[in-house]
Amino acid sequence: MEALISILIGILTAGGVYLCLRSHTFPVVLGLTLLSYAVNLFLFMMGRLVIGKPPIISEQAGSYADPLPQALVLTAIVISFAMTAYIIVLALKARTEMGNDHVDGKEVR
Amino acid sequence: MGLAYLTLVPFFGAILTKLSTRLGRYSSAWVAILSATLSLFLLWPLAIQVWQGETIIQRIGPWLPELGIDLAFRLDGLSLLFSLMILLVGLIVVIYARYYLSPRDSMGRFYAYLLLFMGSMLGVVLSENIIQLLMFWELTSLSSFLLISYWQQREEASRGARMALTITGGGGLAMLGGFLLLGNMAGSYDLSDILLAGDAIRSHEHYSSMLLLILLGVFTKSAQFPFHFWLPNAMAAPTPVSAYLHSATMVKAGIFLLARLFPALAGTPEWTWIVSGIGIVTFLTGSYIALFKHDMKALLAYSTISHLGLIVALFGIGTPLAVVAGVFHIINHATFKASLFMLAGIVDHETGTRDMRQLRGLRRYMPYTAALMVIAAAAMAGIPGLNGFVSKEMFLEQVVVYGDTFAPSWLLPAIVTAGAVFSAAYSIRIAHNVFFGGEPADLPKAPHDPSSGMQIPVAILVAACVVVGLFPAIAQPLVTLVAGSALQSAPPAFHLAIWHGLTPALWMSAVALAGGILVYRQREAFFSLQSLVDGRIDAKIIYNGVMRRLFAWSSAITMNADNLSQKRMLWILFVTAIVLGGYGFLSGGGPLAGNRAMLPVDPMSAMVAIIMMAAALATVIMHQQRFTALILVSAVGLGVALTFVKFSAPDLALTQLAVEFITAVLLLLALFFLPQATPDEQDRLRQARDIVIAVFSGLGIAALSYAVLTREYETIADYFIANSVSGGGGANVVNVLLVDFRGFDTMGEITVLALAGLGIYAMLDQLKLLSPKQDAEGRPWNPDTHPLILATFSRILLPLAMLVAVFILLRGHNLPGGGFIAGLITSAALIVQYLANGVEWTRSKLPANTHPLIGYGLLTAASTGVASWYFGYPFLTSTFEHVHLPLLGEFELASAMAFDIGVFLVVVGTSLLILINLGMIHQVSYLPRIGKNTGGKEPKPARAAAIDKAEKTTTKKQEDMPWKR
Repeated sequence: MEALISILIGILTAGGVYLCLRSHTFPVVLGLTLLSYAVNLFLFMMGRLVIGKPPIISEQAGSYADPLPQALVLTAIVISFAMTAYIIVLALKARTEMGNDHVDGKEVR
Repeated sequence: MGLAYLTLVPFFGAILTKLSTRLGRYSSAWVAILSATLSLFLLWPLAIQVWQGETIIQRIGPWLPELGIDLAFRLDGLSLLFSLMILLVGLIVVIYARYYLSPRDSMGRFYAYLLLFMGSMLGVVLSENIIQLLMFWELTSLSSFLLISYWQQREEASRGARMALTITGGGGLAMLGGFLLLGNMAGSYDLSDILLAGDAIRSHEHYSSMLLLILLGVFTKSAQFPFHFWLPNAMAAPTPVSAYLHSATMVKAGIFLLARLFPALAGTPEWTWIVSGIGIVTFLTGSYIALFKHDMKALLAYSTISHLGLIVALFGIGTPLAVVAGVFHIINHATFKASLFMLAGIVDHETGTRDMRQLRGLRRYMPYTAALMVIAAAAMAGIPGLNGFVSKEMFLEQVVVYGDTFAPSWLLPAIVTAGAVFSAAYSIRIAHNVFFGGEPADLPKAPHDPSSGMQIPVAILVAACVVVGLFPAIAQPLVTLVAGSALQSAPPAFHLAIWHGLTPALWMSAVALAGGILVYRQREAFFSLQSLVDGRIDAKIIYNGVMRRLFAWSSAITMNADNLSQKRMLWILFVTAIVLGGYGFLSGGGPLAGNRAMLPVDPMSAMVAIIMMAAALATVIMHQQRFTALILVSAVGLGVALTFVKFSAPDLALTQLAVEFITAVLLLLALFFLPQATPDEQDRLRQARDIVIAVFSGLGIAALSYAVLTREYETIADYFIANSVSGGGGANVVNVLLVDFRGFDTMGEITVLALAGLGIYAMLDQLKLLSPKQDAEGRPWNPDTHPLILATFSRILLPLAMLVAVFILLRGHNLPGGGFIAGLITSAALIVQYLANGVEWTRSKLPANTHPLIGYGLLTAASTGVASWYFGYPFLTSTFEHVHLPLLGEFELASAMAFDIGVFLVVVGTSLLILINLGMIHQVSYLPRIGKNTGGKEPKPARAAAIDKAEKTTTKKQEDMPWKR
């Protein structure tokens, strides 16, 4: 399972990096979304893979998954939503003011 | 505490003046007058104690306890003199400025800055701790910057302000270094200890570097050669500022420090040579250049530089009598120079010019001003009977004594006499040139004496010049007191008097006066001589050259790193990360896999993982078809939610699901305004390079994940798990972490969220977007905006969804849920209403503006935190109580719940703000299209009308809200 998840995170990262290097805004936003999935998963995995032991205290449960990465990732998900929103609106604004949707406003070599 | 209060009063006054402008134009002047008076009133009882020979030290408390630095204030003779100068001259200038400023100038802003300066300057002279002193010192530089650039629209004002800040700020930085060294040598940052540690300091191996650093601060602040040039450029400030900061107080801060640290630093050859050398050079150059300035204020600026040089030279000479003379000249210079500046301001105010090539013969039109100017200028020239004469005489005497110590003994007195000649000449010029000789021609305004409000303040200062000049013995006790505290020992016996007999100093004075008259009569010859070198030798030119080179250099560095291409910056970043990470990885040795027991792969997980990988790869491959790519990326997001479910993170799964929905709606909305497809990239080579970078990044992250996941680790989570119920009152550890253990963190995060929302709002405000006519395949957009079935069902669903949100919010502390998730669910439910029923319909049912929601949310969260202060606990300490309610049974009421409600409000407010505003643009842009689709083949009239209507409503909206720009 660990290998599978690692490969998954790797593929998400690779896809995100490739899309971030595109020269139009929308693919870059998609790339950032993929990258944030990868980063959130990666941070979450720092608590190791634990199945069926949610960190909710009860008398029956013997052990729990690590709650700390979960708390960090929860806010990270919401913040990455805010940042995605910010960047997509920035892209809209750039399109209106520059007249194109190139990430630099124009082709730069 | 008294000293702390009297320093703080002007700061509070600064805030009040800004607020008081609503009560009328002159209310801010009253606030300023009252602040200065209140400070004086607070100073009074302490001043009496000091007068009786005490030194008052008031310790407020620890400031930086890790560094052993306490907040402490000190009042002795020296600081008393400066406090009185700051407050009394300040009061006079405040009254004068009330009449000086024109109706176009903002009084509130002016007085706010002036009081800010007054407080900072009081802080400088009253600080016991030198680090605290430095802080106030920098504040004076900043408030001086604000005051110089007060007339912001003037180019020379902002340039002068920048120059002053660069020079004095740079000096302040050097001084910080000097102070740290000094504190180290003395073993304390308190002045009381430093003043006693003089011998240890002077014999320390780093004494010279420390002295140089501190003197850099002193010389830049007090405009000493070669840093003098900022002062004339600071004359772009309004004249009251020049009178107050740039002649009476701030430029004397450097001299204050020389006097303050005199017992600790003075008495070495380094001190004597550097300080007296720079002082005398400044005295000579300043008085020479002053003569050639045609602008009255520029002349006064250079004369100030020259007089500051004189005082610095006295402290450099460093005999007790020289210190006495220096202290006396500080007082005299403040009185006559402040009045001269204000008189120049009056002339400027009443005639519209300060150019002495235009001004002449004004005495017939402004007799009172002329009389005041003649007296003040005579004091500056050092004519017997006025205060300038007495202290200048003492200076000349010290120069003669000091000049004897090295050969040739006539050299120094000769140089100083030359300086005094020019000093007399420019003093004569500013009075004679302006008020005598011929008729004024081509003045912008008809000159007349100003209102008494401008004259009385000046008259008070000029009267002081005369009284002290005629009866210098009046000043004797004050000078004795101040000199005593500067020397930290009883000053030598001296006698302030006009007549000391036929001393060499008297002869030098006579020569200076006669020479001055001669030079003034022959001034045209000097002017033409000077015009040969004018504009060639100028420190300002050197400064500008240095600054230009500095800017060119730094922008060259920036442009080398960043050619404004995002792609380039990003691939450099990625490649650097890969190279560094790869190097660290490979050089570390050790196996990739650890020895943690691995989990078996079940078919369901394998399937989900494979779907996610496939969707991610498909997103990349099909990214040019944007709509498809968007669907695919959402599929990955749902897969991430499932992963959270699988690995025991129900809270994360719920959050991810809700965010996924909102993000999808947002991206769809945005995509409407963007091209529907991405054009092919031409450059295959670059594409290949990007693929290589991407593959290596993926490999690196995968390897890193694998290495981490297969190793055991130590967690700090045990503490949280053990204390969640007992300490936080909740069984859901993730939620307790968010709202309790790491509540401060969450507080920061919701603030970021709120700021992002407001930033988006600002960007979307007034934005006009291009709407596409058809989709990627060339089909026109469906005109049926609000499908009936969706609209009907969404209305039924809303209350249910809200119920779920409340349920999730309330149970969050014990079971998966909480403010974040409940907020996202609420937003999702409301957004569905917008989607199904349209913005107009929904806006009529719901509050249109969600800003208040964000504000209330932040306020709720913050006040929960602050409430714990009230009970004596640190910020955001939570408490909980078990309550029993009928029917519902036992449950807990945690204060963290209030915090979570704050989180909830911010999340709802922000996500709605973003989507509604984007949706509203959508609506405005979409309206015309309805006309097109229903209007048949050539629907121009209908469409044009619709556009017209849409535009009219938007322009009308703008007119109604002129502040919304």
